Amino acid sequence: MAVEVRIPTLGESVSEGVITRWLKGEGDSVSADDLLLELETDKANVEIPAERGGVLHILRKEGETVHVGDVVARIEAADRQQQAARVQTAAAATATPAAPQAAPAPAPPTQAASAVEEAASGESEAPALSPAVRRLVEEHELNPAAIKGSGRGGRLTKGDVLAHLDASTTSAAKPAPLPPPDQSAVPARPQLAIAPRPVSAAVAADEEHVPMSRLRQRIAERLVQAQHTAAILTTFNEIDMQAVMDLRAKHKSRFADAHGVSLGFMSFFGRACVAALRDVPVVNAYIDGTDIVYHRHVHLGVAVSTERGLVVPVVHRADEMSFADIEKEIGRLAERARQNKLSIDDLSGGTFTISNGGVFGSLLSTPILNPPQSAILGMHKIEKRPVVVDDAIVVRPMMYVALSYDHRLIDGEHAVTFLVRVKERIEDPVRLMLDV
Amino acid sequence: MDTTPYDLIIIGAGPGGYVAAIRAGQLGMRVACVEKDKALGGTCLNVGCIPSKALLDSSEHFHFVRHGLAAHGIKVGVAEIDLPAMMSRKDRVVKGLTQGVAGLFKKNKVERISGSARLLAADSVEITNGDQRSILKSAKILIASGSAPIELPGLPFDGVRIVSSTEALSLPQVPERLLVVGGGAIGLELGSVWNRLGSAVKVVEFLDRIVPGMDKQMGEQLMKSLQKQGMSFQLQTTARTAVMENGAVRVTLDSKGKTTEEVCDVVLVAVGRRPFTDGLGAREIGVELDDRGCIKVDAHYATTVAGVYAIGDVIPGPMLAHKAEEEGIAAVELMAGQAGHVNYDAVPSVVYTWPELASVGMTEEQARSQEIPINVGSFPFLANGRARAMNDTEGGVKIIADAKTDRVLGVHILGPRASDIIAEVAVAIEFGASAEDIARSVHAHPTLPEAIKEAALAVHQRAIHI
Repeated sequence: MAVEVRIPTLGESVSEGVITRWLKGEGDSVSADDLLLELETDKANVEIPAERGGVLHILRKEGETVHVGDVVARIEAADRQQQAARVQTAAAATATPAAPQAAPAPAPPTQAASAVEEAASGESEAPALSPAVRRLVEEHELNPAAIKGSGRGGRLTKGDVLAHLDASTTSAAKPAPLPPPDQSAVPARPQLAIAPRPVSAAVAADEEHVPMSRLRQRIAERLVQAQHTAAILTTFNEIDMQAVMDLRAKHKSRFADAHGVSLGFMSFFGRACVAALRDVPVVNAYIDGTDIVYHRHVHLGVAVSTERGLVVPVVHRADEMSFADIEKEIGRLAERARQNKLSIDDLSGGTFTISNGGVFGSLLSTPILNPPQSAILGMHKIEKRPVVVDDAIVVRPMMYVALSYDHRLIDGEHAVTFLVRVKERIEDPVRLMLDV
Repeated sequence: MDTTPYDLIIIGAGPGGYVAAIRAGQLGMRVACVEKDKALGGTCLNVGCIPSKALLDSSEHFHFVRHGLAAHGIKVGVAEIDLPAMMSRKDRVVKGLTQGVAGLFKKNKVERISGSARLLAADSVEITNGDQRSILKSAKILIASGSAPIELPGLPFDGVRIVSSTEALSLPQVPERLLVVGGGAIGLELGSVWNRLGSAVKVVEFLDRIVPGMDKQMGEQLMKSLQKQGMSFQLQTTARTAVMENGAVRVTLDSKGKTTEEVCDVVLVAVGRRPFTDGLGAREIGVELDDRGCIKVDAHYATTVAGVYAIGDVIPGPMLAHKAEEEGIAAVELMAGQAGHVNYDAVPSVVYTWPELASVGMTEEQARSQEIPINVGSFPFLANGRARAMNDTEGGVKIIADAKTDRVLGVHILGPRASDIIAEVAVAIEFGASAEDIARSVHAHPTLPEAIKEAALAVHQRAIHI
């Protein structure tokens, strides 16, 4: 019995991908759970495992775009040849006994001739398959007995088989198990090869054409879509980072010893955002048609820059996490991002995003929303600046923060208030400890 | 006379009637078949299909000897025809077959009754044979009285100068000028016969095309071919009146308002046939006819009078011998409690000109007017090895398939032996075959049916030899 290898459902809004690599070859013997191929989608790379063991027959090539539900390969039982022969001999064997009974016989009147035909096809197997039907049955590894025949005497017509195939592809494809995490056996994806298109000599010196990667294309699409959908405004504030920096300096090594991960700024901002989102829940909501949907939890997206581009893995249920939890999770996700191993689940479900442009030196910026979220916090470079504290000019490590928000949903007052709440908690981190 | 009622009395021993009678005999019914003509076989055997095919073959041979042998490197002197000999042969062919039917009746214990029949009631028939009259009783009656040529009011048949197909099959000499009124199968076939035998033939047709009902493009191709053979055509023309003058016939033609005249030696009126119920007494006992004079029947071929059935040319549908035969068998099987059935979508129709034009199923025009999405595959005989070897490459094959299911909806063939090779596709259509099925069935090489296989491949742009 052969098994079709289909592209499983890949996650929200992902309907297609590109086969980047076959991990097994044509004709290879594979076992259940062996990884068969790598698929690149807009959000991540996915590996497809074999559901059963057998001989692999590849139907779609590397580089081809495939859709959810597409059959990309077949795994055939080792005795396929024998099985095909069995289908043929069964068909041939029934053709002969069926024929004389079905033909109008010059015999005394019997019951209705069609009843005779049906009896003949009932007691023996189905009548012979026509050439087109044989081809389709073989190519798609179908069981003819399971298809309703509308032809003479219950025969299968080509149309019957085509209709049957139509019906089975439109029904939901069986979801394959998620790719197992942390496949150390699988090597990291190589650098995207950039092949310049051949250009005329005169132009070659001035220009270089580089095809956009799928990810880049998708990012481009989504950004424009975000701008067209939401009314994006940005409000700014600045945060005195002194208190956090003092805390870090004091407890950094103890934290690292205790939790095996270093204490960064992200956990502070993560906790601060969670608290501020509780204060101003509309910032953690989104528009669905004419409804406002409020998320119960905070699934915090953290923007990570990779070689391929910006990806935003999600720290799920950040509202339930401690500092260490947040740091660990961010660390795990960042590592996977760098290795191009983020799963679809890693990348979906975010309700609010933090983006840190400061690591590259950005002082101030207007982040763009990460749809379907309604707001995004931009962190920037911490720079020592003269500020006024208690009427005196002092030097403080200052960070500008920006909140871009969807004004359709979030009013200016809410956006400003949210940002102020974040600022208050970063400048006075004890409030995070006390949940106030 | 034995007065035990029959199980079935069949009126008419044409292809519908005699085949039904034989089947009834096979099924063990006590059956009688009434025929008013001296010979069995009806129109088909006596003055239709068989004699016309005999003359078509004979005249084709003559044409081939005169025009086709040279290409094969064969030299013959001047060929002549011996019309009486040709007609005798035709008569012998007819006689042999009609006698054959008589033999089949004996074999199957069908009682042959000579005379004309008149229905008295649903279960009794009066037979008149000369001055002898008798009344027969039967549980069931099957009317297979056939059809007769339609006469045009302005051109009444005289059997000599203004003739129907019946007389056109036995003309005493080759007419110098033959006017054929009607561009359907019969007019074209008989026109072809006399054209090949030396007549100057002109065909006038009421519609803007010949062979209505067949594939339009192939009809046009056939017309061009017949024109090349020397026949002339005038479409959108009706024949209004005919007057005899000086041993010839002057016919007034009306073409789109313009009146012209045509002088000829013989006029063949072949504008169709009407269902024949004259003197049957059918209407009198309550059998309903439609407005064309056909007997109305249901799916079991039962008329509006219980116990009385009808098949063949006398009921609606194409007036074809094989359709009558199938109906005859189906009606009798249904009477015997079996499941008789005629698949009207798989009835081939043929025009036996040369090239032959054969068709089964839908035309392109019909499919498109029903808004069925179709794929069409064509293949010319010019690209077929056998046709080239035969030196007969006119025409081709066209297959029409459902675009979604690939099911073959219609096949049209113009060319050598079209009437024979269409049989394959009629069987295919019966089995609901797809174009791919035909394409994947092995066809011997080199044969004409390979053109059918290639046309099937062409449905999916996969023809090899073109």
